[in-house]
Amino acid sequence: MNQILFIDNLSFKYHEKNVLKDISFSTDPGEFISIIGPNGCGKTTLIKIISKINKPEKGNIYIKGKNIQTMSNKQLARHIAVVMQSSEPVSMSVEEYVLLGRLPFFKKYQFFETAKDIALAHKYMELTGILKLAHAPINEISGGERQLAAIARALTQEPMLLILDEPTSHLDITHQIQILELISSLKTTLSISVLMVIHDLNLAAEYSDRLVLLNGKNGTIYQTGTCEQVLSEESIQEVYQTTVKIQKNPVSKRPCLFLVSQNALNQKENPIL
Amino acid sequence: MKQNKIKYWSIILIILMALIILVSLLALCTGSAGIQLKDIPHILFYGKGTSDYSILLGIRLPRIILGLSIGGALSLAGALLQGIFKNPLVEPYTLGISGGASLGVCINIVFSFYSKIGIIAYPLSGFLGASLVIFLVYYLNNNTKNIKSNRMLLTGVMISYVASSLVMLLMAVSKTDDLQNIVLWIMGSLDEPNTILIKMVLFGSLAGLVVSYFFCFDLNALLLGEDEAANLGVNTTRTKKFLFIIASFLTGLSVSVAGIIMFAGLIVPHFMRMIAGPDHRILLISSFLAGAAFLVLCDVIARVVISPLELPVGVITGIIGGVIFIWVLSRKQVTL
Repeated sequence: MNQILFIDNLSFKYHEKNVLKDISFSTDPGEFISIIGPNGCGKTTLIKIISKINKPEKGNIYIKGKNIQTMSNKQLARHIAVVMQSSEPVSMSVEEYVLLGRLPFFKKYQFFETAKDIALAHKYMELTGILKLAHAPINEISGGERQLAAIARALTQEPMLLILDEPTSHLDITHQIQILELISSLKTTLSISVLMVIHDLNLAAEYSDRLVLLNGKNGTIYQTGTCEQVLSEESIQEVYQTTVKIQKNPVSKRPCLFLVSQNALNQKENPIL
Repeated sequence: MKQNKIKYWSIILIILMALIILVSLLALCTGSAGIQLKDIPHILFYGKGTSDYSILLGIRLPRIILGLSIGGALSLAGALLQGIFKNPLVEPYTLGISGGASLGVCINIVFSFYSKIGIIAYPLSGFLGASLVIFLVYYLNNNTKNIKSNRMLLTGVMISYVASSLVMLLMAVSKTDDLQNIVLWIMGSLDEPNTILIKMVLFGSLAGLVVSYFFCFDLNALLLGEDEAANLGVNTTRTKKFLFIIASFLTGLSVSVAGIIMFAGLIVPHFMRMIAGPDHRILLISSFLAGAAFLVLCDVIARVVISPLELPVGVITGIIGGVIFIWVLSRKQVTL
């Protein structure tokens, strides 16, 4: 049992509709897994079940072999950290915000952060490159910086599993790459496993060790495997009902998707078709 | 950074303490008896038995203690509710909790519960009415994902209307001496002759302050939203339930003794958040202290404005609070 996260036959219903059905997969230490799938296929729901916000209808989730239903929220928060898609605006400083990541480690009757808490917060603000913003109000920094602050806060929890919901949405390519480079470096620098929900299939292919492709129709897993195994023209056609062309990224040799307009598809003389 | 924070928080607390002493002294020498500030030590030490002595210790001091306790309790309740709902316009009055408490107290008067179980029936019935409303408002709005929406405020205001209509209904069908009791109590004032009730409010509000501190970190996490708080290890359902109970307790206690005092719980936490920041470790205590000073000050104003007559203190807080409510509402972006 070396797995960090083990999801065993998980199902979840919402209004009598199967949102997730018979989901099983696991993550190894230091593994970077991306969950992909069409809108509304239950990616975010899956994250909420792992973080005990939603209760599964059936099935179990284990963190390091321990069923999360037997753990308190606080115990769970010492093992997994979650970066949600949209944080509500708050008017605290970046430093105060990052320090909230230490809350699960506060002892009973502890009133102030310890020197260790502050040192950890500074360490991860440094790592994410936002230490210079420590005293800036969190609601006045840019979207990319806020995402970095959220990651710093999650790392301050010193988790063994980091879960991210669409960490690159609404960001320009500079910040998309910056954030994904940071996340993928965590497995070597801190040996953290990463579970990430992402829409951009090319970014998923570029950075992930493995992909979990969810099937939007019945809430099951369509396929799990390496990026090359999962990202095929057939599977994308089947799951997304969209015709794409897949080639190798000339530099990284990872699969790379090309979206094609209907107009171009209709031009039969196109040699690639 | 931690040292700076402790230093800043200490300064805030010292200033607020000084403010409390200042307004208390002001309240002590305000009134128709014409007692001068410089005479007060003399009266207190050598004037035992004189009428000035009994005015100071028998009438004005209890009133100050009651004002401090109720101001603190209402502001604290406001700070807690604003923290749970992440809405700076939320407080016991705007959420209809005060209305619920007043209905509870009226039912107590009409059905004479107080003659059966004693004076505790007043705060108890206030607490029950308050908690009923708070859970009602919460569950009526819980199904909408967007709890921040002002729909909740609207529900609260409507519940207030329903509660006050029911109070009027009770008044219409009640016996004459009950009616007089209700009217006197509804007018709302810090002039409370019963020392047991005053002690109850004093210790109750202090107890509320102490207990709310068990949840100060949960409230900090809740600033990020409920899901984020859960991710940080907060049992949000349990925390909210406890905080609702504390807030209803504080409101019920205040309303049962002093009637409805509007907006006291809105203004103070709002300004303390601007000064002390959103961290509930300092926000709760500073709201309590500032609220205490604020209400005593309002009471002084209520006593001198049309002296020798006096206004209900709720009129003063209502005017100040109402204007600030509109101002906050009209600002573009409202965040905690």
